[in-house]
Amino acid sequence: MIRVVLPAHLRTLARLDGEVELELEGPATIASVLTALEERHPTLRGTLRDHAGGPRRPLVRFFACGHDLSHQPPDTPLPAAVTDGTEPFLVVGAMAGG
Amino acid sequence: MSGVRVLVGTVKGAFVLTADGKREQWEVQGPHFGGWEVYHVKGSPADPDRIWASQSSGWFGQVIQRSDDGGRSWEAVGNEFAYDGVPGTHQWYDGTPHPWEFARVWHLEPSLTDPETVWAGVEDAALFRSTDGGKGWAELAGLRGHGSGPHWQPGAGGLCLHTILLDPADPERIFIAISAAGAFRSDDGGATWKPINRGLRSEGILPEPEAEVGHCVHRIALHPSRPETLFMQKHWDVMRSDDAGDSWREVSGDLPSDFGFAIDVHAHEPETVYVVPILSDSEHYPPEGKLRVYRSRTGGDEWEPLTAGLPQSDCYVNVLREAMAVDSLDPCGVYFGTTGGQVYASTDAGDRWAPIVRDLPRVLSVEAQTLP
Repeated sequence: MIRVVLPAHLRTLARLDGEVELELEGPATIASVLTALEERHPTLRGTLRDHAGGPRRPLVRFFACGHDLSHQPPDTPLPAAVTDGTEPFLVVGAMAGG
Repeated sequence: MSGVRVLVGTVKGAFVLTADGKREQWEVQGPHFGGWEVYHVKGSPADPDRIWASQSSGWFGQVIQRSDDGGRSWEAVGNEFAYDGVPGTHQWYDGTPHPWEFARVWHLEPSLTDPETVWAGVEDAALFRSTDGGKGWAELAGLRGHGSGPHWQPGAGGLCLHTILLDPADPERIFIAISAAGAFRSDDGGATWKPINRGLRSEGILPEPEAEVGHCVHRIALHPSRPETLFMQKHWDVMRSDDAGDSWREVSGDLPSDFGFAIDVHAHEPETVYVVPILSDSEHYPPEGKLRVYRSRTGGDEWEPLTAGLPQSDCYVNVLREAMAVDSLDPCGVYFGTTGGQVYASTDAGDRWAPIVRDLPRVLSVEAQTLP
């Protein structure tokens, strides 16, 4: 089970109160987590990456286990602590003005 | 009893302001989509309880929201705006080619007759349409494909398609405007387009002041009973056409400044027009620090300042292109929102004004619905 923590605005958009818990079939990677997340919550499509499953939006970042995974390839395997649910996969809105 | 719903888009959410037909006591709902930019909110003429909102964010991109109960609850619908084919390039600010990239939806124009159909004007400039209640969006690529697209350049706010006017007398006729490409018309339901900018002059902005495209048209308005007559607030100059845009003449007349963004037409008097003069293209505030709506009852040229109830000293707000609307009650209600967060209403066609709200975020758009 993988725990995903979304920023507040996306939790509101997807009508979520807390973390999202996902069961993945196959390897847990950045891309596969995002795909499972979008399938569970279609309103998130286009808000994290483009509709074709392409690059993340520039001001969306991915953190896990104290590391910034934002610049890793989408097929990067997630750390074991994320795949076993000990640590969450964090989707973060980059610090920016506005 | 009749009523009015004023739909307000701001940089930090949407607000729905409602009143009965007297328009004295207002209920304020919101913010909806708090923290997101809401460029436009507009209701369907065919089903007033169906309302569309463009919700966007620099972080999370574009979301389209639809309400089927007059703005009390909302549902996110389709948000995929994919350009048709290989998008190609337009000009960047420095004149170099720049790839067409979707940024946001500036304007949502619901069909006059079908609640399931809505048009979207987007940045980088293109026209999309949904015919299934917002689930899917398809580009009407004849606009960008008509030939001049590679020469379009962004205005200061981006290369945005901000105005969509549907002709109530001819379902095949559509007018749109783009900053900074100009105005275009389709007479075949959006399949093909022609620029309608003859008579516009943009000295000091375009190398050829009377170019066919490239003009920074800020807004166009029409009266439903006379759709051949168009009123335009251009970057500089207030313009008028009486032949559906085939030719334009300037009607700025005695305005204190002919720069501005918003323009609208009285609901019952096709020759009564409203603008809010702004000092200049770099000084985006009213001349002399006085917030004045100007009204012409002669279709332009002769203008009168409307000041009662509006700040007449130390006022340095702007009124953006989408931020003025009229209702269709009698007397006509006129509404506008400011970059300072005020939404002003007049219930007597502009003679007197009062704020509905004073402290919203920067107002991007105002629309008015007249309810049965």
